[in-house]
Amino acid sequence: MSAPDLTALDAAGAAKLLAGGEATAVELAEAYLERIAADSDGINAYIHVDAAATGAQAEAASDASGPWAGVPIATKDLLSTSDMPTTCGSRILEGFRPVYDATAVAACRQAGLVSLGKANMDEFAMGSSNETSYFGPVRNPWDPSRVPGGSSGGSAAAVAAGHAPWALGSDTGGSIRQPAALCGIVGLKPTYGAVSRFGLVAFASSLDQVGPMTRTVDDCAVLLSIIAGRDPRDATSTGLHEPVEVTRSERLDGVRLGLPRQFMDEGIDPQVREVIDANLRQAVELGAAVVDIDLPHAEYALSAYYLIAPAEASANLARFDGVRYGLRVDADDITSMYEQTRAEGFGPEVQRRIMIGTYALSSGYYDAFYGQAQKVRTLIAEDFRRAFERCDVIVGPTSPSVAFGVGERMDDPLAMYASDICTIPVNLAGLPGMSIPSGLVDGLPVGFQLIGPAFSENRLLSTAWTLEQAFGFDTVPERLRTAGAAGAG
Amino acid sequence: MTISADDVRHVARLARLHITDDDATRITGELDRILDHVGRIAELDLEGVEPTTHVLDLHGVHAADEPHECLDHDEAIANAPRVTDGQFSVPRMQS
Repeated sequence: MSAPDLTALDAAGAAKLLAGGEATAVELAEAYLERIAADSDGINAYIHVDAAATGAQAEAASDASGPWAGVPIATKDLLSTSDMPTTCGSRILEGFRPVYDATAVAACRQAGLVSLGKANMDEFAMGSSNETSYFGPVRNPWDPSRVPGGSSGGSAAAVAAGHAPWALGSDTGGSIRQPAALCGIVGLKPTYGAVSRFGLVAFASSLDQVGPMTRTVDDCAVLLSIIAGRDPRDATSTGLHEPVEVTRSERLDGVRLGLPRQFMDEGIDPQVREVIDANLRQAVELGAAVVDIDLPHAEYALSAYYLIAPAEASANLARFDGVRYGLRVDADDITSMYEQTRAEGFGPEVQRRIMIGTYALSSGYYDAFYGQAQKVRTLIAEDFRRAFERCDVIVGPTSPSVAFGVGERMDDPLAMYASDICTIPVNLAGLPGMSIPSGLVDGLPVGFQLIGPAFSENRLLSTAWTLEQAFGFDTVPERLRTAGAAGAG
Repeated sequence: MTISADDVRHVARLARLHITDDDATRITGELDRILDHVGRIAELDLEGVEPTTHVLDLHGVHAADEPHECLDHDEAIANAPRVTDGQFSVPRMQS
């Protein structure tokens, strides 16, 4: 085959190359692996690549039928894979090999998708910049001096840099949508329960969801349809209520877009607000109505989240104790072994969250912190329910700023946590949320967020599709456009 | 201050995390700022508000009581850092 230009290739494009006989699954996987190995920008999107495992999947895919068989994908390293290590970006799981596949991974395998490797991420998905990974930070393909966002930063950077046509991510407080926004790609956090969490290493079980990270809304719909479904091994999974379907309309006549004033206040960078305002003007030209709405408790979402998520994490991460898997630091007695293993195995941010969560759940504080936070969660869900009486889709920025500099927020946890103020309320209410790239500020992508009622994925995808055509955003980072044509990058 | 260095040492023991005295001082400062922020929820009147136990209207998820295959022994211990006689091996429980 002639070497395909991978810089701008999306999943639909990859499927077309395969269907047209222009490349085989094995050739396509090899081309990606070569590009990943070269990593000329030092993006560091993957923690683990394994040519043998990928090759075996590509061989198997060559015999598989179905429209997506042979299309490569990047898999976030929080998802268990039976043929590749799964580290969650942590030293404590260095070299860990799961003995089964996560359900979402198995679904991709069933569809004939070929995993290129395990995408880098913030340690145990705790971070908004991909800087807490034990395996080194990921760089933003639009500007390698900046972060890609997190925690699914490797998945987002891989797609933006042409190191994968699409990727699986996971989102607990914005970990799909915020990196998608910062890297100029599409990301969807499905309704809680739409996708099985079986085999997704647990961070905060009441908030975690697996979802697609893609170049286009169409690819996003396809990957969602592959991974969504009820799974008996995850009792909280329900699947979607209807088949995934994108209505490809050029107009938005009659669609009411709700704009919460809380998503456009002084906490949001003024230049980001300008892009969102321009986006909304385009939506109005297409026939949409913009309705001002109020989410009065959204300002408390960050506080509630940083009690609930660490509390659940402190319980979930108790399993990493040096006994059954992962790192062990030897000591004379078992308590010292636990304490030394966890102190050396977990990085500073993970330890910080375990401490917050343990404190919030400890005797005498449970009611004041965790119990109250769960009540705030009820108020936030009610805010959304009331807002959807007046609008069809809630919109606004995905992230309060464009990509920030590597190292800029690492010494200030609260500044880092504030990266997710627009995404966290969505997880607390269990709703679907999506980010599509909508413009640039100083050459860096801005994400436009769409939020719908539970199980309204088709409404979100259809609205996003129309806006995507109107925005006409080029998902290839500007600095790769000429290099891409020459096959480098 | 919401939290003291002694509280931090106590919580670290509960969480099975070894921390040095220097760590305790640093972590106390960090946690104090974070807890001060999250403590803002105390501004809200939450009297009579039901806490969220699940975001969806899900109840009574039951599975049929049927035996199924599970991990075999070798798989279960495949990732263990120390194994003795085919079993997980740990240091003595009491010093």
